[in-house]
Amino acid sequence: MKKYFALLLAGVMALSLAACGGSSSAPAAPAETQKEETAAEAPAEETPAAEEAAADIKTVEAGKLHMATNAAFPPYEMISDNGGFEGIDVEIATLIAQKLGLELVVDDMEFGSVITSVQGGKSDIAMAGLTVTEERKQNVDFTESYATGVQVIIVPEGSDIQTVDDLANNKMIGVQDGTTGYIYCSSPVEDGGYGEDHVTSYPNGAMAIEALKGGKVDAVVIDNEPAKAFVQANAGLKILDTEYIVENYAIGISKDNNGLRDAVNNALKELIADGSVKLIVDKYINAEN
Amino acid sequence: MGTLFQDLAAQFNQAFIEADRWQRYLSGIGISFTVTLGALIIGIILGVLVAIIRTLHDQQKGTDHSVLLSVANKFCEFYTTVIRGTPMMVQLLIMGFVIFKSSRNLVGVAILSLGINSGAYTAEIIRSGIMSIDPGQMEAGRSLGMDYITVMKDIIIPQAIKNILPALGNELITLFKDTSLVTVIGLTDLTKAAQQIQAKTYQAFMPYIGIAIMYLVVVMILTKLLGILERRLRESDRR
Repeated sequence: MKKYFALLLAGVMALSLAACGGSSSAPAAPAETQKEETAAEAPAEETPAAEEAAADIKTVEAGKLHMATNAAFPPYEMISDNGGFEGIDVEIATLIAQKLGLELVVDDMEFGSVITSVQGGKSDIAMAGLTVTEERKQNVDFTESYATGVQVIIVPEGSDIQTVDDLANNKMIGVQDGTTGYIYCSSPVEDGGYGEDHVTSYPNGAMAIEALKGGKVDAVVIDNEPAKAFVQANAGLKILDTEYIVENYAIGISKDNNGLRDAVNNALKELIADGSVKLIVDKYINAEN
Repeated sequence: MGTLFQDLAAQFNQAFIEADRWQRYLSGIGISFTVTLGALIIGIILGVLVAIIRTLHDQQKGTDHSVLLSVANKFCEFYTTVIRGTPMMVQLLIMGFVIFKSSRNLVGVAILSLGINSGAYTAEIIRSGIMSIDPGQMEAGRSLGMDYITVMKDIIIPQAIKNILPALGNELITLFKDTSLVTVIGLTDLTKAAQQIQAKTYQAFMPYIGIAIMYLVVVMILTKLLGILERRLRESDRR
C-alpha cells in the first residue's frame, strides 16, 4: 500500500512540475509575434526615439507594460471612484507606456510585494512612491527621480512633541511596514534614528493612525500626502510644521532588464524635460493646497 | 556559475551579516518563543478549566445540575464557539486595536490573544482525553470513597494526558507557527524581522528562506522533544 502511495505521490509531483514548465513557456511563443505588431504600429503615432526603444525592450506580456503598485497611497496611486486606478504614478506611467508604444496595466498588491514582483518577472516596473537608498540599489535598478516625497510627523493635538528633535525623548513612534519612515526611525541612534525599541511598525498607515489615536504610539512618521488625508479624516490629530525628511521617488526595474530600464528612463527624462511630469504632480498636489 | 555563488554570498551577507542583522532575527525568534510559551501556559490553564467544567456537566446527565454549573457550562460553550469560529488574525486585531487599544505591552496582548485562542482548542483536546477514559474508573474511584477532584487529579487526568500528548504537541507546534500572525499588531517577531529586512534591502529570497529554515528547525526540535516525552510516558505500557 505504502509503495503505491509513494508512486502516486511521485506521479503527482512530476505532473505539477510539468504544469509549472508549461505555464512559463506558453506566453513566450506569442510574445515574438506580438512584438512585431507593436513595433509596426508604433511609427504611426510615436516619435522616432521612442519607436527605437520599443523595438528592443522586453516586457512580461508583449505589448503591455505591467506596473506593480500598492493603490492605497494617495495621491501617488489610489483606486478611483469607478474602480480604476489614478494618481501621480499612474498618470506618469501611462505617459511612459504611450511613449514606448505599450499599453499600461496596473497590478495592485501589498507594498512589500511591489519590488519582489519586478524582481521575479511578474511585473515590468515598480511605481509606488519608492525611495532610492544605497542598499536597495544592490537588488533593483532605479530610474531618474520623478518626484519628491516628504515624510512628516503626525501627533495628537496638545502633544508635547513640537519639533523633530522632541521625537528623541524616549517616545514610541508608529510607522508603516517597509517604508523609509520605518528605516530611518529604527536605525541606531548614532545613525540619526531612534533605535528599534522606539518604533512600532504596522502593516498599513491607517493602523498606525489607529494606534496613535489609542495612545499606543506618541507620533506617526509617514509620507506627507497620505498624512494630510489621515489628519483630515481624524479630528484631534495634526501634522508638525517641521518635516521629518525629504526624499526622492523613482521607478524600480529588475536588474535583469537593462533594455527596459534604459527605455523607461529615457521616456521619463523626456517627460521631465517637457514639463509633463511637473504638470501631473501639480495637478494632484499643489491643487490641493 | 561562479557569479551565481557570488550573488548568493552577497545576498546572504546583506540579509544576515551586514549591520548585525542576525541580531534582528535572534531577537525576533526570542519574541516568538516568549509568545508561544506564555500562550501555552494560558492555553493549558484555560483548556483544563473549560474541559473539566464541560465534562462535569456532560457526565452528570439526567441528574439535577446546579445552576452555577449550567451557567459555567454555557459560558464555556460560548467561549469555544466564538474562538473557534473566528479567524486568529481577526481576534488579534480586535485585541490589539479594540480591547487593548492603548496598551503598549504588545507582547502581553499577543500572549493573551494567542493564549485565549489556544485555550479553546486545548479544551477540546483535553475533553477528548478525559472522555476516552472508561467512566467505570470514575465510578470505581468514587465508590472507594475518593472525592471527584481526587479521582480526576490522580486517576483520570494522568491517563488522559498520555492519550492526548500527540494532539497537544500538535497544538504547541501550531501555536509556535501562529506567532507569525502577531505582525499585524506591530510586534516584531521573527516574521516581522524578515519583512523589515526585506524592506530595507529589497531582497526577499534570503530573509524569507532563512526564517522558513529557522521555523522548521525549531519545529523539528520540538517534535523530537515531544517524541522523547511520549516514549518515556509509555515505558510502563504493555502494548
